[in-house]
Amino acid sequence: MAQALTVNEMKSETGPTWCPGCGDFAVLQALSKAIVDLKLDTDNTLIVSGIGCSSNLPHFLRTYGFHSIHGRSLPVAQGAKLANPGLTVIAAGGDGDGYGIGMGHFVHSVRRNIDMTYIVMDNQIYGLTTGQTSPTSETGHKTKSTPEGNIERPVNPISIALAAGATYVARGFSGDPATLAELIKGAIQHKGFALVDVFSPCVTYNKNNTYAWFRENVTKVTHDPSDWDAAMIESRRWGAKNIPYGLFYKKEGTPTYEEQDVVLGQGVIPVKAKLGLGHDQVQEIVKEFY
Amino acid sequence: MSVNGLHPTPKGPVSSGTSPALRDVTVRITGAAGEGVSSMGEIFARMCSRLGYHVNSYTSYQSVIRGGHVWFQVRAANEKVRTHGHEPDVVLALNPAAADIHVGEVKPRGGVILDSAFTAAAQKTTPGARVASLPLSDMAKQFEPKGIMKNTVALGAMCGFLDMPVDAMNDALQWNFEGKGPAVVQANHSAAKAGYEATQKQFGKVDWVPKPAGKPKLLLTGNQAIAAGALAAGMTFYAAYPMTPASSILHYLAEEGSKYGCVVKQVEDEIGVINMTIGAAHAGARAMCGTSGGGFALMSEALGMAGITETPLVVVESQRGGPSTGLPTKTEQGDLWQMLGASQGDFPKAILAPGWIEDAFQSTVDAFNWAEKYQMPVLVASDLVLSEHLETVDALPFDAVKIDRGEWASSANAPGENGFLRFKYTPSGVSPRAVPGTPGRAYTAGSDEHDEHGYLVSDILSGIPKFVEVRREMMEKRMRKLVTLMHHDAKTPVTFGPANAQVTLVGWGGNWGPLVEGSQWLTAEGIPTNVVHFKQVWPFPVQEAKRLLSHAKVLVGVESNFTGQFCRLLRGETGIDVHHKLLKYDGEPIYPAEIAHAVKAWLGTSRGPAVNPQEPKVPARLGGGAASGRKVVH
Repeated sequence: MAQALTVNEMKSETGPTWCPGCGDFAVLQALSKAIVDLKLDTDNTLIVSGIGCSSNLPHFLRTYGFHSIHGRSLPVAQGAKLANPGLTVIAAGGDGDGYGIGMGHFVHSVRRNIDMTYIVMDNQIYGLTTGQTSPTSETGHKTKSTPEGNIERPVNPISIALAAGATYVARGFSGDPATLAELIKGAIQHKGFALVDVFSPCVTYNKNNTYAWFRENVTKVTHDPSDWDAAMIESRRWGAKNIPYGLFYKKEGTPTYEEQDVVLGQGVIPVKAKLGLGHDQVQEIVKEFY
Repeated sequence: MSVNGLHPTPKGPVSSGTSPALRDVTVRITGAAGEGVSSMGEIFARMCSRLGYHVNSYTSYQSVIRGGHVWFQVRAANEKVRTHGHEPDVVLALNPAAADIHVGEVKPRGGVILDSAFTAAAQKTTPGARVASLPLSDMAKQFEPKGIMKNTVALGAMCGFLDMPVDAMNDALQWNFEGKGPAVVQANHSAAKAGYEATQKQFGKVDWVPKPAGKPKLLLTGNQAIAAGALAAGMTFYAAYPMTPASSILHYLAEEGSKYGCVVKQVEDEIGVINMTIGAAHAGARAMCGTSGGGFALMSEALGMAGITETPLVVVESQRGGPSTGLPTKTEQGDLWQMLGASQGDFPKAILAPGWIEDAFQSTVDAFNWAEKYQMPVLVASDLVLSEHLETVDALPFDAVKIDRGEWASSANAPGENGFLRFKYTPSGVSPRAVPGTPGRAYTAGSDEHDEHGYLVSDILSGIPKFVEVRREMMEKRMRKLVTLMHHDAKTPVTFGPANAQVTLVGWGGNWGPLVEGSQWLTAEGIPTNVVHFKQVWPFPVQEAKRLLSHAKVLVGVESNFTGQFCRLLRGETGIDVHHKLLKYDGEPIYPAEIAHAVKAWLGTSRGPAVNPQEPKVPARLGGGAASGRKVVH
């Protein structure tokens, strides 16, 4: 078992390539702290990402990682978890990756409730492609691709996750790394699919939703996180001094996909199975064809 | 060839003609979707395989759930039967529209079974053929008030006409209906008996049906062979999104896979399917997904990710008529270049295109071994006919299955990822792999270009001379795997027929059956013909292709697509251009008769049916005639 005792020990040989001041540093730090605090076996932890600035994250941690293609972190992560339910599986990426090109997978992952964590570094802009509108860009936001201002309404990932039957829904803020680390810890510990959407400001391309803007406008949630209706109402708040973050909703006891799957529910770990068929199994297959 | 519907009366017993030596019986059951056509076809096929006949079959169906027009053809003989044949000996028509289409195609020695209400259609029956005009619905109502068992009555009538053993018929009915309880089985037995006795009484015994002479055979589809091969190869994860004609792999595995520890997952779309499969494979499962051309198009991007992350992946691509939604229930080999070209950039992959049922089993096993040995995607290219048709085999090669998981890095004592070169440069191109959970081997696999550790060289290091070199080395390392594969594992094309043939037919994938029967036919008619069949279409076996084809006297490419996709690959890889192409793109199977007729036309020896009454006619509906979706390129 490999274990990191400090956040520093979580660092890999390659350092982050993010812009100085990027919100993603705080997410990396908070995730590292969560892994250290939970005493996770780093050799038994897999972090899967998509494509985008934030999706480079797995390279900077001393766990197993899979840096997949744009929008596909969730299916890759779920496949790994179904093949080896013993792994701690965390998917990570940005808002374009998860709520744009990967939105379909997001909704289905929520309703599927595989035991894993999904961290979205939401900066409301496309960073790696140099500043186009994103699914979470506010209406009116002027970007390279919307010079007259974004005329669409942003998606609300918290509401969507709640509507799709999520069992753990949280929103963090890179400006409050201590709370973020706790939300991530809770997500990893939660049995089922856990979403942590993080306001992670882009200091280069998003001049609207900056650290200062968020600090001015965010408030901590105060409702009972077991109250779905309250969570839904809270999730719809947005605007001046009215943007809640924290744990929106948590429901324990919902069976995970793995627990209900006909094979995995019996405790089978596919990657550890002895491969190949025995004589009786061959006979059983062949019998069906006579 | 005759396509005018005139059928000369044969002198003495004749075969269908595809293989002059083959004594066979061919039946065609027709009706609308929902009338039980497929069930009756499967029951008849099961009866024949249990009697010891070899069987081949084909279901022609449409993208409708109720109504429309369906026909199911079963051909049985004591020898191996590689196609479903041409004109039937018996047509069983469950509605007047179906009767109208098919009764004129029955062989003169044969018979037609239909409802006595279909009087107009019955008159179109081939002269000489006998007609059992029975009150099917009324007869069925004796056993069930709504008359839903009229198909069973008709099946019994067909078995009676062919003088099949009653016990075998009842046994096959029981096989089909036993899930519905003994009362249903009994009612079907009674209904079938009524039909059986009616035709026996009307016609007596026919003398041309070969008596069964073999042992009971396995009867299965290509998709079942693929699924069984995957289970035999140790598959523990299968994902798919429903798409004809690959769906029956999902259905089989959803039903059976759990018994063998295989997780089976229907995913939200094919993009999710392949990415989930890659995740499972990366974690260490033997993982496969299956789809048809449209779904495969969605999978393209991730296929390249499997290439660059060196993830073992098996994808079944069962082709149907394209482009776009195309012909969802019809066959084609139109996706070869899609498979060859899928995903951006160069990366190693292999394409296996099995030709027959046992080959579908074996190719799937090979695909899993290649995927893990060479840590790359391997495609199994099937098509609708191969995937969905029922055929008998004496055995499936379970005993020959060897599981080769390739090179693995054992766990390391030193923690962290420093020491592990997951993408190490090696002479073979294969780098020992470790899966998440292996102590001391943590690394990150990336879809970006990377160095031996897996560290990205695509962003801040891009363009720096040292890392330009890394890119070059890594590209060469990956592509070297195909050289290693060709050295150790290449599949020699399969040949059939005389060595010094006058004509050589070349093809690939699921057309093996018509190629062989077409060559047998030509050879029997004095035109020695052989077959060279490619089941490994990528990496292309260049040397073997040159050895087998460069001296061919008349080389004929036969494939089911418009542009001659395989012929183009052959020419590109070897410089060998076929002399003639027989290309079919109407969605129907290629018939041996078409091959024989086309070759004879090219050789200037075409003879009409009046000269050779054994020569089967290919009705226009089945692709006969040059203007019906078959292109002959001189």
